Amino acid sequence: MNPEQFFSASRLVIVAGKGGVGKTVVAASLARAASKTGRQALLVEVQGRSGIGRLLGGEELTYEDQVLLTDPSGGAVRGRTIRPDDALIDWLNEHGMKRIAKRLVQTGVLEIIATATPGLRDLLVLGKVKHLEREGDADLIVVDAPAAGHAITFLRAARTLYDTARAGPIHNQAKEVLDMLADPARTQVLLVALAEETPINEMIETAYHLEDHVGVKLGPAIVNGCYPLLEGLDGKPPRAPKAMVADLERAAELRRNRVELQEAQLARLADELPVEQIRLPYRFDGDMDADAITILADHVLAGIGDLSLSAGGQDAT
Amino acid sequence: MTTITGLLDDHRIIVCTGTGGVGKTTTAAAVALEGAERGLRAVVITIDPAKRLADALGLDGLTNQPSRVSFDAPGELWALMLDTKTTFDELVVEYAGDDDQAQRILQNRFYQNISAALSGTQEYMAMEKLYELAGDDRFDLLVVDTPPTRNALDFIDAPNVITRMFDNWLYKAVMAPSRGALRAVNKAAQTLMRQLSRIVGAEVVDDAIAFFQAFEGMEDGFKSRANSVLALLASEESAFVLVASPRHDTIDEARYFADQLSEANIAVRGIVINRMHPYADSIDAAEAKTRAMKASGRAASWWKALADFQATAEREREHIDTLLEAMPANVATARVPMLASDVHDIGGLHEIRSLLG
Repeated sequence: MNPEQFFSASRLVIVAGKGGVGKTVVAASLARAASKTGRQALLVEVQGRSGIGRLLGGEELTYEDQVLLTDPSGGAVRGRTIRPDDALIDWLNEHGMKRIAKRLVQTGVLEIIATATPGLRDLLVLGKVKHLEREGDADLIVVDAPAAGHAITFLRAARTLYDTARAGPIHNQAKEVLDMLADPARTQVLLVALAEETPINEMIETAYHLEDHVGVKLGPAIVNGCYPLLEGLDGKPPRAPKAMVADLERAAELRRNRVELQEAQLARLADELPVEQIRLPYRFDGDMDADAITILADHVLAGIGDLSLSAGGQDAT
Repeated sequence: MTTITGLLDDHRIIVCTGTGGVGKTTTAAAVALEGAERGLRAVVITIDPAKRLADALGLDGLTNQPSRVSFDAPGELWALMLDTKTTFDELVVEYAGDDDQAQRILQNRFYQNISAALSGTQEYMAMEKLYELAGDDRFDLLVVDTPPTRNALDFIDAPNVITRMFDNWLYKAVMAPSRGALRAVNKAAQTLMRQLSRIVGAEVVDDAIAFFQAFEGMEDGFKSRANSVLALLASEESAFVLVASPRHDTIDEARYFADQLSEANIAVRGIVINRMHPYADSIDAAEAKTRAMKASGRAASWWKALADFQATAEREREHIDTLLEAMPANVATARVPMLASDVHDIGGLHEIRSLLG
């Protein structure tokens, strides 16, 4: 599949995964990859302190849409936050509550009401995302979703509120968000994991849960932090100064063992979750920064290139 | 210098805290195992253990009560998996004036929502369970794993979640008539709630009011309980251990965590860095890389494997140094190497325990 097709398949991509698997890095790399194809990619952070802005060499993101970097192709990566409280105030403003919105926040009443209406905050965040998606101001919107368990709650919010609020503005909003999530031409979810037992388990569980309860289209599984394969690490070490032999042996053994674990987990993932995989390499020789994201973006593009034509979203069933 | 396991000499409560995916649960279980090996009766409160570790600890169901892990040790190892909702329910039952009041609250939809979904509830209940077990004379050592969060205050602040609600303007307004406060307050509240009802539905607002009314009389019990929990956490009995991985971003988050804890007057007593890449004393990354480039075939692979790990290991050392520089000199530290396989049995926990020093 060529990247053009992939990035045109749906305007909204939601990136989700367990804490510590590099979900934010993947979201940034995906946006960066899209920017390399001349697209305007908008990164949306829905929880605080993801560090996504600094990762791309800019400032922490704010509610204002800002350009984080531009690509020679004419594409760009932009970024903004949509925090629940901001989304709630926006929504109240749009629904004739402008005058009291501020007071609701200051008195803490809003917190109570939002608490009493589970999913309200998440719904309004997604409602705001839907607004941006409909506006078409960006070619690709990449949402850095909450960590996996919360991602399910996040994406189920619309369904829950659609069922509980039978009529009125909340019901309508939920309906519109559900329509967006369930439409493969508008939305796909990319799940991120490391090639280790627990993250892979969580990825599989989340995938089936999202399929069954949200009806969202799953894109390829992104496996982050993979060790590239090195041939010939068994047997005796090569000729080396005596002092280095033990270090060589230790490194080779650990690399062999970790790669073995990794391949076993990837095989299990392929077995239990029939979607294609995109592997992103572990970065040994530097911290995550804008350059590293650009390198990862190339791996994302290569991974997309290796997908079969039908990919970019398949059923997990 | 103190070691992580040395913290057990002076503290009977160990709180393992840190962001997600850094090995908090495993660390907590290994610390509790150390307690059992020392002859203590140790209990570990886990939040969301990986399936195979849960199996190893005998946590196959949500009992919300500690169950004993059977293995041979001078002491005892107990484990429980936190059930947030049940813990909250038990707290309500304890502080309700009578069964009727407890039932009115437990059946209330607003209560059901906050006890399951209010942000901070899981943290609050972890602390609540800790407090409950601290008063249980079956145990000498309590180790608690905390929910993954980017914000340490989420959980220091957790016991305030409920009390803040009682201090809320809406609550006061709703409860005003029975307290003889000004009628005008009530009227303003009614106007506001009518408007809210239009948006979120009358049921939501009615449920909230019914909840507050049902809760009347229990606020003081809850507040004083919350204060006791906080006092226990801040006392010398408790030691906070910050768990991190050596990655640049998680080290940054660990520093942020430590700063927040210190602002809350809670000292970090220990730092555990998990998943350290192997550091080679015989060669630096640059030289290994050069050798990899000059070599060919399988020799190139061997040097590459060494160069890769060494490049990461060198950076990890720098990151950890910046974290430790910001800490008091007497903080206990442990650097746990990346293991050849995942930890999912008592044998694996023993290995971690020995690496904690």
